[in-house]
Amino acid sequence: MSLHPTSEGTVARVVLITLSLAFLGFFVLLPLLAVFSEALAQGAGPFLDALHTPDAFAAIRLTLIIAAIAVPLNMVFGVAASWAITKFQFPGKALLITLIDLPFSVSPVVSGLIFVLLFGANGLFGAWLAEHDLKIIFAVPGIVLATVFITFPFVARELIPLMLEQGKDDEEAAISLGASGWQTFWHVTLPNIRWGLLYGVLLCNARAMGEFGAVSVVSGHIRGETNTMPLHVEILYNEYDFVGAFAVASLLALLALVTLVAKTVLEWRFGLHAGARH
Amino acid sequence: MIHLRGITKRFGQYPALHGIDLDVAPGEFIALLGPSGSGKTTLLRIIAGLEFQDAGTVQLGGEDVSTLPVAARNVGFVFQHYALFRHMTVAENVAFGLSVRRGKARVAKAVRQARAEELLGLVQLEGLGSRYPAQLSGGQRQRVALARALAIEPRLLLLDEPFGALDAKVRKDLRRWLRDLHKQMGLTSIFVTHDQEEALELADRVVVMNQGRIEQIGAPDAVYMNPETPFVSHFVGETNRIAGPAGEIHFRPHEIAIAADGAEALLVDNVFRKGAVWRVEGLLEGSRQFVELDLPSTLAAPRLGETIRFNPHRARIFNADGEQSKGDQS
Repeated sequence: MSLHPTSEGTVARVVLITLSLAFLGFFVLLPLLAVFSEALAQGAGPFLDALHTPDAFAAIRLTLIIAAIAVPLNMVFGVAASWAITKFQFPGKALLITLIDLPFSVSPVVSGLIFVLLFGANGLFGAWLAEHDLKIIFAVPGIVLATVFITFPFVARELIPLMLEQGKDDEEAAISLGASGWQTFWHVTLPNIRWGLLYGVLLCNARAMGEFGAVSVVSGHIRGETNTMPLHVEILYNEYDFVGAFAVASLLALLALVTLVAKTVLEWRFGLHAGARH
Repeated sequence: MIHLRGITKRFGQYPALHGIDLDVAPGEFIALLGPSGSGKTTLLRIIAGLEFQDAGTVQLGGEDVSTLPVAARNVGFVFQHYALFRHMTVAENVAFGLSVRRGKARVAKAVRQARAEELLGLVQLEGLGSRYPAQLSGGQRQRVALARALAIEPRLLLLDEPFGALDAKVRKDLRRWLRDLHKQMGLTSIFVTHDQEEALELADRVVVMNQGRIEQIGAPDAVYMNPETPFVSHFVGETNRIAGPAGEIHFRPHEIAIAADGAEALLVDNVFRKGAVWRVEGLLEGSRQFVELDLPSTLAAPRLGETIRFNPHRARIFNADGEQSKGDQS
């Protein structure tokens, strides 16, 4: 028994808060600042020049293309998988839930190697692909495949708990009122999950643009052709072009910051929404 | 109106319904009463077409709808947790069933709005059409759900624990209101409940269910006064069950006569006022079985430790097979 129930926690509280802030500052804030200060170390001129090269342009363009393909694909897949898992009973459901987490649990290098083993010159479909003059590994299709694989859990992981919590009453109510499956999805399910879906898409996009390991294995690092932004950063860095490397890196970091802000705004909206649910 | 024949349903290994037969006349108000796991909600969902039976047939208004999906059955369904569309206004919710109609069945927007207004009037929520469900109380939400179900002019209204999520006072008001609404509209309705008071108060007929079977069907008074099985006797109303020579003796707390030479003696353990009566609890002398009695509160309250001698009257005796032996004990 204590007369001041909160006083006992004061020391612990101060220590914990200080520790968390110090840790966050050292491991997150400091590196982030370093990226921007290094990029702008020689002023804005060299910074802009570093971005203004054909190779940097090509890397940025490729990254945007990859994201533009991978994110919509995974949005559709994520919604379909979440719908199937939360609204239906079917054999293999537990396996599907486990498989969705696979890209999170396996090393990205392995993810990349899987596609080399499947589509590489000596891979399972290698001979067939060579015969038909199709290039997947060391080409854009390989990068798209690896990115889709790496990022497919994001949307589904966001939606499954949300849709489980919401249950299927709303959908049943809609079809009992005569709505078709499509009308039910469009007018009832989608509005119910829109914030969660947007959040999942944001995370998926951030990872699609930032993925290094798996993409590195399948890309072949052909300048101007198969280099994404993260790969381009590595090449510049290995060539001791620090301003160039950090300039491109700062673009990626900026993207991460934008994603975080958008995510916070969404959480705020989402939280508000969740609170008003019942 | 509704004819169910041999409805059987399993969930995996779990048998939910064993060959249910049920007939409902047009305009009837039916309660499916039973504990959780009795199959009452499954039966309701099968009538609606939200679930499909493994065997048996469902006929609505002379039409065999056994294999028709819910959308083609034209039934109104009200969910326990309302299932209102939270991103739509109350009026949009009510008009939803009309707004999804396409082709020839399409309903003009002005007509939909007028219909929504009219239904909101019917459920006494005039002027709340532009609110969102989150801005309404539980009782109001359930009335919106009812208006939404009625908007499609269903041939049948099905309600799954319609008052289950509401607090006691609101529940009572809404109950009375629903009964009046049913009288006014005469729409054939079935509701599911685990609350016997609700079933006895609202329904024209009560269907008591247990473990996937119908135990008894009858008017509320008949089910209460003449339970046919030990389960009904125990589940509907309060019942004391004591062992007797011919089987289990069932009697309600008030179904007793105090007598100086009574066959049973209760050692008073607890006394409290329960409305107009004294509720007396205690163990029987000898057999040590727990019994509750209701004594008129015009008498002085029994003292703790006192012994009350009484005879059960109108008692029902069920043998080991659950069969009722005839003859009153008194």
